[in-house]
Amino acid sequence: MIAVELKKLFRRPRTWATLLLLDLLPTVVAVLLATTHLGPRPGQGPAFLSAVLANGELFSVAALAIVLPLFLPIAVAVIAGDSIAGEAAGGTLRYLLSRPVSRARLLVAKLTAAVVFVLTAVVVVAGTGFAVGSAILGTEPLSSTTSIVSVSGSTLTVQQVLVRTVLAVLYVGLSMLGVAAVALMLSTFTDSALGASLGALAFLVGSSLLLTLDAARSIKAYLPTRYWLSFIDLFRDPILWRDVERGVALQLVYVAVFFGIAWANFTTKDITS
Amino acid sequence: MTESASTVIRTQGLTKRFGGLVAVDKIDLEVVQGDIYGFLGANGSGKTTTVRMLLGLVLPTAGSVEVLGAPIPKAAGRVLPHVGTLIEGPAAYGHLSGAANLRLLDASGPNPGRRDRNRRVEAALEQVGLAAVGSRPVKAYSLGMRQRLGLAAALLRQPKLLLLDEPTNGLDPQGIHEVRDLLLDLNARGTTIFLSSHLLAEIEQFCTRIGVLDRGRLVVQDDLATLKAPTGRSVVQVDRPDDAASLLDDQVEARTGDRLVVRTDDPAKLNRRLVESGIGVIGLSPERLTLEDVVLARTSGTADRVERAS
Repeated sequence: MIAVELKKLFRRPRTWATLLLLDLLPTVVAVLLATTHLGPRPGQGPAFLSAVLANGELFSVAALAIVLPLFLPIAVAVIAGDSIAGEAAGGTLRYLLSRPVSRARLLVAKLTAAVVFVLTAVVVVAGTGFAVGSAILGTEPLSSTTSIVSVSGSTLTVQQVLVRTVLAVLYVGLSMLGVAAVALMLSTFTDSALGASLGALAFLVGSSLLLTLDAARSIKAYLPTRYWLSFIDLFRDPILWRDVERGVALQLVYVAVFFGIAWANFTTKDITS
Repeated sequence: MTESASTVIRTQGLTKRFGGLVAVDKIDLEVVQGDIYGFLGANGSGKTTTVRMLLGLVLPTAGSVEVLGAPIPKAAGRVLPHVGTLIEGPAAYGHLSGAANLRLLDASGPNPGRRDRNRRVEAALEQVGLAAVGSRPVKAYSLGMRQRLGLAAALLRQPKLLLLDEPTNGLDPQGIHEVRDLLLDLNARGTTIFLSSHLLAEIEQFCTRIGVLDRGRLVVQDDLATLKAPTGRSVVQVDRPDDAASLLDDQVEARTGDRLVVRTDDPAKLNRRLVESGIGVIGLSPERLTLEDVVLARTSGTADRVERAS
């Protein structure tokens, strides 16, 4: 069933359009940086942007930082929110379930497809960032002797940067699982894909809003967006694991809880669509 | 149960409540192998809810469902691979071709593997007359073509039981004829067909056994031949109705112009009696109920008409 869902996902023109749009914003940023050479002052604007003027290869990480707060969650919410509700609205859900595809298996396949989409999106964004960055930014050539300055100020070897970029890609992908689980859960409650996607986004906007509120300090550690940007800690020297670990654990808890709710609802639901 | 081998669908006290609304009320369906079962009912009488319960899509509030001798939804994984269905209109992914849709459906759930997939898909498309449709996406199909594609999906794995909801919807007369022939052919080769419809004429021409649902209750379930059995009355048309009426006097039940409705066990004897009395018989036929008469007599009207209780 997972293979079928992946086939459905990647045969949809919409999937490719989403990936294309996700790439567009970092590319535009890169072009603007390359033509103006006006990087944000350190500590302002998206992470890494001041560094990429010197080192174009670092732009893959900067690209992730650009899409992570808004664009990536939107894409994930759209895909995961559509997963069950879209089939219900199109009428195909009743035919799938009377094949029969077991409801639990369908949910797992849908979540898996969403995860694969997230990873594809993250890898594509990082890859495009790398390609665009090395093509039009920072002329300093990379070799094992010239190295990159970490966020902490010390230098990193090319190998270290490579490993840490892979880790960052995985971490960003994982950070989106919570959104995917929430959207999937909502998707089992409604026949409107749009409703499910917007619901999941409202959840994220709510979380981001609470993060800025001092009065919400006691619950901040449990908000889904709290550790999203912690992947920057992977580029400290040495790596600051604390927030990354918490971020991973938090996302897994969100997946367990919301996937559990989705499962409980979907497997006992009357399919009247 | 010895008879369960040939019973394809059996429900006992099947009930579904949506909140305070009783959509299906204690119905006992029985469909035997080889039947073409016509499931009739006005819009909103609970047909679709019943069909969905047969497929395990809607879970019953009370009562039990058995399909092909096994309980639903418990044994759905084992039973449903032998059931083909078309529920409330066809559905497909619009951006893919008909064949691509069928291949995806074939790969979903329990399936006999990918080796013969293309052959199965082509055979199903051939059966419904879509063999040459090519790679056109489904969103460019006409209503009738979508309906045919939905039928092809139902036929994909040569089911023992076909559960069809308004299968001729959207087809032109030629198409309706084709689909009917196809279904009759499948039935002749042993497929049991359960056809839900609100079209009396379609059911009457086609089905061998009838169930009529009225506001969630099964008010009729019988063989069509029994329902349409002679009523013990004959309609005669004569040249001298007054004389005929006085001759037959106590047997006459109604009279309009030169037509008389006469109670009789033996229409031939009635004919002889009239002729021997010198009355010319223009026409004589034993009265039979139409399915419409049966349905109208036993149901309470249309359910989508919602009136204030007086």
